[in-house]
Formats: sequence, structure tokens, C-alpha cells
Amino acid sequence: MLESLESWSWALDGWIIAAGALCAAASALLGPYLVLRKMSMMGDAISHAVLPGIAIAFLVTESRASLPMFIGAAIVGLLTAIFTEWIRRFGKVDEGASMGVVFTGLFALGLVLVVQAADKVDLDPGCVLYGAIELTPLDTTTVLGYDVPRVVITLGAVALLNLTCVLLFYKELKITSFDPALATTLGISSRLMHYLLMTLVAITAVASFEAVGNILVVAMLIVPAAAAYMLTDRLSVMIFLSVIIGIASAALGHLSAIMVPAIFGFGSTITAGMMALSAGVLFVVAALCGPRHGIIIKLIQRRRFAAKCLGAPH
Amino acid sequence: MLNNHSIPARTRGADHSPESPLSIHDLTVAYDRKPVLWDVDLEVSAGKLIGIVGPNGAGKSTLIKAVLDLLPRASGHVNIFGKSYKESRARVGYVPQRESVDWDFPVSALDVVAMGRYRKIGWCRPVTRSHKNAAMEALDRVGIANLAHRQISQLSGGQQQRAFLARALVQDADLYLMDEPFAAVDAATETAIVGLLQNLRERGKTCLIVHHDLQTVREYFDEVILMNMRVVAHGPTETTFTEENLRKTYGGKLTLLGEAAEANARQSAGKH
Amino acid sequence: MPDNPRENTDRIYLFVCFDPMPLLRKIILSLMLWLLAVSGSPLSAAIGHDHPTATKYESITDRSFAWPSVDEWVRVLTLRDYNTRVVLVGTTLLGIAAGILGCFTLLRKRALMGDALSHATLPGIGIAFMLAVMTGGTGKSLPILLLGAAVSGVLGLAMILLIRNLTRLKEDTALGIILSVFFGAGVAVLGVVQSMGKGHAAGLESFINGKTASMVASDAQLIACVAALVVFFCVALFKEFRLICFDADYAKSQGWPTILLDVVMMSLVIVVTVIGLQAVGLILIIALLIVPAAAARFWTERLVVMLMIAGLLGAASSLIGASLSALLPNFPSGAMIVLTATVFFLISMFLGAERGVFIRWANRWKFEKKVRRQHLLRAVFELVEGDEIGAGTPAYPISFQDLLAMRSWSARRLSREVGRAVRDGLIIETYAADRKIKFTQQGFREAALVVRQHRLWELYLITHADIAPSHVDRDADTIEHVLGPDMMAELEALLFTTGVPASPHKVETQALPGH
Repeated sequence: MLESLESWSWALDGWIIAAGALCAAASALLGPYLVLRKMSMMGDAISHAVLPGIAIAFLVTESRASLPMFIGAAIVGLLTAIFTEWIRRFGKVDEGASMGVVFTGLFALGLVLVVQAADKVDLDPGCVLYGAIELTPLDTTTVLGYDVPRVVITLGAVALLNLTCVLLFYKELKITSFDPALATTLGISSRLMHYLLMTLVAITAVASFEAVGNILVVAMLIVPAAAAYMLTDRLSVMIFLSVIIGIASAALGHLSAIMVPAIFGFGSTITAGMMALSAGVLFVVAALCGPRHGIIIKLIQRRRFAAKCLGAPH
Repeated sequence: MLNNHSIPARTRGADHSPESPLSIHDLTVAYDRKPVLWDVDLEVSAGKLIGIVGPNGAGKSTLIKAVLDLLPRASGHVNIFGKSYKESRARVGYVPQRESVDWDFPVSALDVVAMGRYRKIGWCRPVTRSHKNAAMEALDRVGIANLAHRQISQLSGGQQQRAFLARALVQDADLYLMDEPFAAVDAATETAIVGLLQNLRERGKTCLIVHHDLQTVREYFDEVILMNMRVVAHGPTETTFTEENLRKTYGGKLTLLGEAAEANARQSAGKH
Repeated sequence: MPDNPRENTDRIYLFVCFDPMPLLRKIILSLMLWLLAVSGSPLSAAIGHDHPTATKYESITDRSFAWPSVDEWVRVLTLRDYNTRVVLVGTTLLGIAAGILGCFTLLRKRALMGDALSHATLPGIGIAFMLAVMTGGTGKSLPILLLGAAVSGVLGLAMILLIRNLTRLKEDTALGIILSVFFGAGVAVLGVVQSMGKGHAAGLESFINGKTASMVASDAQLIACVAALVVFFCVALFKEFRLICFDADYAKSQGWPTILLDVVMMSLVIVVTVIGLQAVGLILIIALLIVPAAAARFWTERLVVMLMIAGLLGAASSLIGASLSALLPNFPSGAMIVLTATVFFLISMFLGAERGVFIRWANRWKFEKKVRRQHLLRAVFELVEGDEIGAGTPAYPISFQDLLAMRSWSARRLSREVGRAVRDGLIIETYAADRKIKFTQQGFREAALVVRQHRLWELYLITHADIAPSHVDRDADTIEHVLGPDMMAELEALLFTTGVPASPHKVETQALPGH
């Protein structure tokens, strides 16, 4: 099993893990808010819905330039949130359904546009879905004399942006997540905070999926945060744990992408998928063994409580 | 006649008569580790209107839900007409709180009432005309037959409550459990519901009603159950709904107590 | 007057005499059973024969390969091509099944469950392929792949239920976790499959993006079979599904196995998803489960009708989308189907007859207009009344300035409202030295009615609802406008036998008009 690590090279695998970890950290910073606001599926919706933004940017600029693509996708991502809200409010449609309508519609539009763009630029929808994190180290730029993968720089910038916003607006995001009505009476616009969060999610999704695919973003937005929620009752701790779990699953994911298939005698597999799967495994562990809300501790408590009731003198 | 029982009533546990509409023995219900009902012992006599009264969070709704197996019990057992709830389900009618339902749902008042018959109709069979007629009759009894084909969100709060009652009526049960049927209804509906309850009593049915308005307890109910996580007192309204028992139930909430005492004094003055 | 008692008795009578639903139900059920039974060979006969070498636009009747575009239209629209026929039949049936099933998942507030479950099928497909290859097969056998998909879909469903019931996480998070982790696992498995080097893995991608154009008769048969099954279940369990969607707690208290019913419903979702994977792809099958149902909701308040409309919209979206895609080769059919459905949704959302945006705006506008009119009439009436009672000389017609002081309305808004009332012949405005206003006969009658209603309601609130008198006016202002004539009669009887209590309004201590 360990032989499969013989080809390990820090220059390659190190950067792959770095890219995955940065993506995980950026997403995991936002995840707790999505989970607490009962908007977990918004990450999924936005990351699918940005497709037309990217395709339009391709069609307009006829290149794979990053900036127009970035802007186009971020705008469409924000539009997803806005349209969802509109359909929910004006059409009185259940939130989940309005989200479903918006993101599938936009995704379909994106697919059609991608096919149209395919003549002009090389754009693979499959690549959009599960990315090509393995190719990360190949595309580098020079920073301060070091060769650093372009993706790492982008993701680092996004992670920094998310961190800044979460630190700056920590209490605003907290109160609007907990009690939007109270927040509004205190003069904090919960709608503004909602759209700020959605913008950050959209930016994170766009920045990530060129490198790591949107599947990893969706996983990292929700799973580490959910795992952290099983471990703690404090928001600040939850965000911190969420980031740690995200980074751990990135590292674990890449290692297992190389090692696990080797057990069965196959070559390595797609890293992004394994990173999502590792996050899932960490979640299961947290859900089972959480100190206060874990499944095991709860079962024990319930058993003990029932025994106490039965054992009480009559 | 039952006397003014106060807790601990555990000693009564053994001699539950088999035909009591509802007897609860040693019931404890907890959400995780937080108990909301503690050692509840109750025996309800047949053909009575029984009010369940207590402060907010006293576990009144929880009691009903636990009887209906909607909540897991930490301990204790419930007998309905001498059998388990599962066996005597057909004899129990349930009127949930109005908030528990999505009123935007595309059903008419008639559809809602017909739901009371679903169990009788059985798996996979359609709702036939005879069932719809029964539902229509029930709607007529609660006085909203003319609104049968309205979508339920187009009914007023009181009318929605009446539709729920009609749904319990078509079940033709012997024991009715009602969760705050008088909450936020207009006076006309309140009068209609009271009339209906008295009619049910005349036909020998037993009704357990979660109630929040202390002023009307004496007027409406034959028996009253005062509870605050446990049963504080249970017995005929005349002897049980006393200031002392109320103080035990409501503790320091003096304004409420004052009101109730006032209402009590007024009512007893009127009676003698 | 919507609640004319006579009209209602008529309706009840009609309803007792003839109820078409059981008949319709029987017809649908037997039709589905028939379809289920025959979706083997006869259907393929109906579609045509499966030519192994069938290329796009190859036809049975006409084998010429050069045609102008007008002819192309005709060919597609008249279903003359074998391939088009297969695709259209398959996708349309899928649309019907997904539309009908979608209604229940939508009303159960589980619209996104399909999203999670469709993603959860991917690892199953990959593993089934690997197992098939390892045991010596080609791995291309559709039933095996679909079986794998279904197994992992069910596993995903079980995990969602476990997470929701055993932890404090909410349903949306459970869905998100299963969706991303299972899909991640699926991607990883596909990666392994690719590295197996057996080559044929490329076809698996079509499960993600859909490959409608390559649908063959056996696929259409499978879809027909599944669609019939789904519709059969939805009709047979209509009553049960309706109950758990509307009031799950009540259903449980009645002894219905709500968990089992939920599992049946979600299993049907998995089945539709698995079948739809091939036809429109993993992400777009979600749309067929959500969009037609959500669109249908705008048109009706009756569940039966909603199911029919949703089935119809699903079928229409599939038919139109697939046809467009057949005509325009550069437009993938899955995406075109979803876009068509989205267009239908937007149309329904705005124009929907029951809950559409426009109809609700119109109703609200009408209501506000009525409220404004009643405010004006009441203000004028109270002024007139006050003058008659007051010690001063009756200054009738009343002045515009006095009227302006009655309420917190701007002069512009008031003039506009007065102008409208003048046009409707309720009041007369004169411009001598000052703007003066007086009632017409009809206006006076209407105003008296409005004022009476208002006061009755106010008194009713005071006497019966134990609302502090200082709060009454505000509530009465909005609620009186929804009072019907029946309620008014009831109030009158109720109030005038018990006597009239003091009202918070000065002017209203006087006797009520009309008595």
C-alpha cells in the first residue's frame, strides 16, 4: 500500500494538497453560516448555476481569460440567490423548489451555451463538474522568485477574502443567521448580509471549480461545517473546527486518492472526489463521537435515562 | 365520583378499570435529557368533557402526543379502553393544533374532513361518494357545509378549526383528544364548538381538551386536569379548580392567578 | 357573492349525483397496468423496429438522405423518423411520470430530495460497471448499471433519513452531505474505472450529461414501464400521499405507516431519477421532478387537477424540448427540455389562474381600491353626521378642507379618490368659492351601509373579542372589508340583542344610521 507513495513528490503532491486545502478553507469558512441558516443546498445550487456566466464570458471574450469568467460567474451566482428569493416571495413557492427551478434552469442554459461555445473554445462540461486538481502544479507563475501554481494564488486570495469578511462581519452574520427579525430592528440589514454571503459563495465556487471542480466546493461548503456542528455549540469554535476539518479532508483525500485504489490493485483516482469522500468519512466520525450531540453519547444517555425512570421507586 | 386527587398519585396505579377510556400509568416523556412530563398517572372517566389546564410549556400538548404515540416515551404505558393505543386506534379522534398544518396545501375543506375516514377506507382504495357524504354531513354539523369546496387557506381561523373538528367527527370515535381547539377562534366558533362538545358528551363520548383560558374552565368542563410537567390535580371541576390548586399549578404567576380567582368568585357567586 | 346558499346546495346536489373521480381513477389504473404489461413487445411495434445501425434521421418509410429544412420540420413533427419517435415517446413518458410524482415531493417540501438522490446514484453506476467488467462482462449492460444506481440511491436515502433522525442537523444539510459525498465517491470510482484501462468507461459520462439522442427502443420501453409504474403508484396511493403531505402527524396518529409511505415516495423518486439519468442526465432530471409540479401549483387549488397539469406540463416540456433538439443539432436535448419547462414555469408563475403573480396583484389592487373607497365614504358620512348632531349650522355640502382633516391622507390622494367617486356617481363635487362635496342618493345609501358595517364590527370586537377599545379602530379598518353579508346579519342579531356598548369614537356614541 505504501509503495504507491513512492512517486510522491512535494513539488507536485504538495501543491495539489495546498490547492485542495485552500479551497476547503475558503469554503469551510462560509459553510457554518449556510448550515445554520438552513441554506445548505444553496451552495450546490450556486455552483451549478454559475455555468452560464462562464459560458457567456467565453462567448464574449473568446478566451479562457480568468477575469471575465470570474466576473460573469460571480454575477450569475448572485443572480441565482436573487431569483430564488424572488420566486419564493412573489410566486409563494417553497424555498427548496424555487432553488431547484432556478439552478436547473440556469444550468440548462449554461449547457446550451457551452455547446455553442465549444466550437470556439475548448470547454469540457465534465471538467467543470469534477475539475482537474491533478493538473494544478503544471500551470505556474512566479511570485517572489518562486514558482507557484496560479490556482493556489487564486484560491489563496479567495480564502483571504472570505476570512476578512467573516472576521469583519462576524457579529452581523451571526445575528442575521440567528434571528433576522431582531437584526433588522437593530438596523442590520439581513438581506444585505444574505446577499454578501451568497456573493462570497459564488466567488468561492467560481474560483474553485476551474481547479478542483464544483463537486469539491459543494462538499467543502457543507460537510466540514456539519461535522463541526456535531462537535461544538459555539459559532466561533464551529468555524475554526470547520476549517480544520476541511483542510484535514483535503490532505486525507489526496493521500487516499493515491493509496486506496492501490489496495485493490488499481492506479490512482480523481483527487477531488476522494477529498469529498474523506470529508464524508470525517463527518461520520464526528456525528458518531461528538461529545454532546454525537449519536453514541445520545444513545447512551437515552438508555440511562429510561433505566433511571424504570428504576425509580413507585 | 373521583375526588380531588393530588400528586403523588402513584398508589392508584394498579387499580385501573379496564374499560376506562384513557388510563395513563407512570408516563415520562423527555426530549433528549430534558423531561417534559414526569410520572403522569391519570384515569379518565367516560362520558365527560375534561379540560387540561396548565401554564405554557407544562407539557399539555406533549401529553396528548405521547398518548397518540407521536412522541417516544421514556417510560410508562397508556391504555385506551383497556387496550394499547395501536389496538384501539379506531376509537380515538385527534384534533391537532392549527399551526401544525401547511394551510397553503391544495385541498378543500371537504378533502380535509374526508381524511378522517381514510383509515376506515383502507389502503389504496379511493374516497367514495358515501365517505364524501359523511364528510359533508360532519361539515354541516359544525356549520360550514356551504364552504365545503373552498381551499382551506380561504377559510377564517375559526372555520379552519371547525373543519378540523369535523374531521374528528367523521371518525366516529369514542375518545377525542383536542389540542387547543379554542385557540384564536371567533366567538361564534367558540359557541359552536362548545355546543358540539356537549352533544358529544350526551352521546357518551369522552373529550380531553387542552385549554388555555382559565375564565371559561368552569363553564365548559366537567372535570379538569391541572398540570405542570406532572399532574397537580385531577377531578371534578367544582372541587378541583380551586385557587389553591391553581397556585400549585401556576406558581408565582400572580396576575393570571388573580384573574382566575376573580373569574372563580364571579362564577360561584352567580351559581349560589 | 361567492357564497350564495342556493348556488351551494346546487353544487352539493350535483356532487352527490355524479362524481367522476372514481371512474377516472379506475381508467388510469387499468391503463397503467396495461402499459406495464405490454411495454415489452407491442410498444416497440408501435414505435417501429430497432435497427442496430439506425443513425439519426433514418426512417422506415423514406430512406432518402437529402432533405430541405422545411421537410425536416415536417419529419420531426409528424414523427416519421424512427429515432425521433423513440426519443419523443421516451422523454414524454418520463415527463409525465416526473411531473406527477414531483407534485407530491413538492408538497412534502422535499423538492430537493431528487437532487440529492440523483447525485447519490453515481457511485452505484461506477461500482456496477467495475463489477461487471471484473466478472468478464463489457460493463455496458444498462440494467446492471441502473440496478447499481438504484442500490446506491436507496443507500443515500437511508443515510439522509439517518442523519436527519439521529443528529441535530436539519434536512437540507443532510441532503447536502449525501449529495456531495456520494457524488465525490462516484467521481472517485469513475476515476478508478478510467485507470482500469479497459476503455469503455467513456459511456458512463452520459449518465451525468444525458444522451437523449442515442436512446433506443429498449430504453423507451424501460421508461414506459417505469412511467406506468410510477403513475400507477401515485394514483393508487393518492389518498395516502395526500394525507402525509398535508398533515404527517395526523396520519401517524391514525396509524398510517408514515415512514413507509415516505420511503415508497422517495423510492419512486429514485426510480424516476435512475431512468432519467440516461435520458436527460443527472442534473436535469431534477428539473423534471421540480419545475412542472411547481408550475402546476399556480393554476389550481385542487390536488387532482394539479397532478394532471403537472403531468401535462412535464409531457409538453419533454416533447417540445426534444423536438427542438432534434431540429437544431447543436442544442442538447436534456438542456432544451429543461429550458422549455422553465419557460412554462415562468408563464405559469405570472399568468397562473389561481396563485399566479398577476392574479394576486390584481386581487390586492382591487382590495386596496375598495378600502380607499370605503375610507372616503366613511369620512364624508361622518362629517355629515357630525354636522347634523353638532351645535353649529349644518354646513352641507361639506368642504374639501374638512374632509382632508378627517384622515391622514394627502390632498392629492384625496382629490384623486374624490374624482373616482364622482365618476362612479357616488358624490357630487361643486367648485363655487370653495370645493364642496355632497352625496348622491346612491352614494349616501352605500356610505350608510359601509359605516354601519364598520361600526358593527367595531362593536363586535369590543363586546366579544376582549380587545382593548383603543386597538379596535385599526383592526376594524382592515377586517371589515372582508365581512360578508351573512356575517353582518349574524353580528346584528348578536349585538342588538345585547345592547350597544360605548365606542372609542366620539361620533359613534350616537344612534346608528338606518335605525
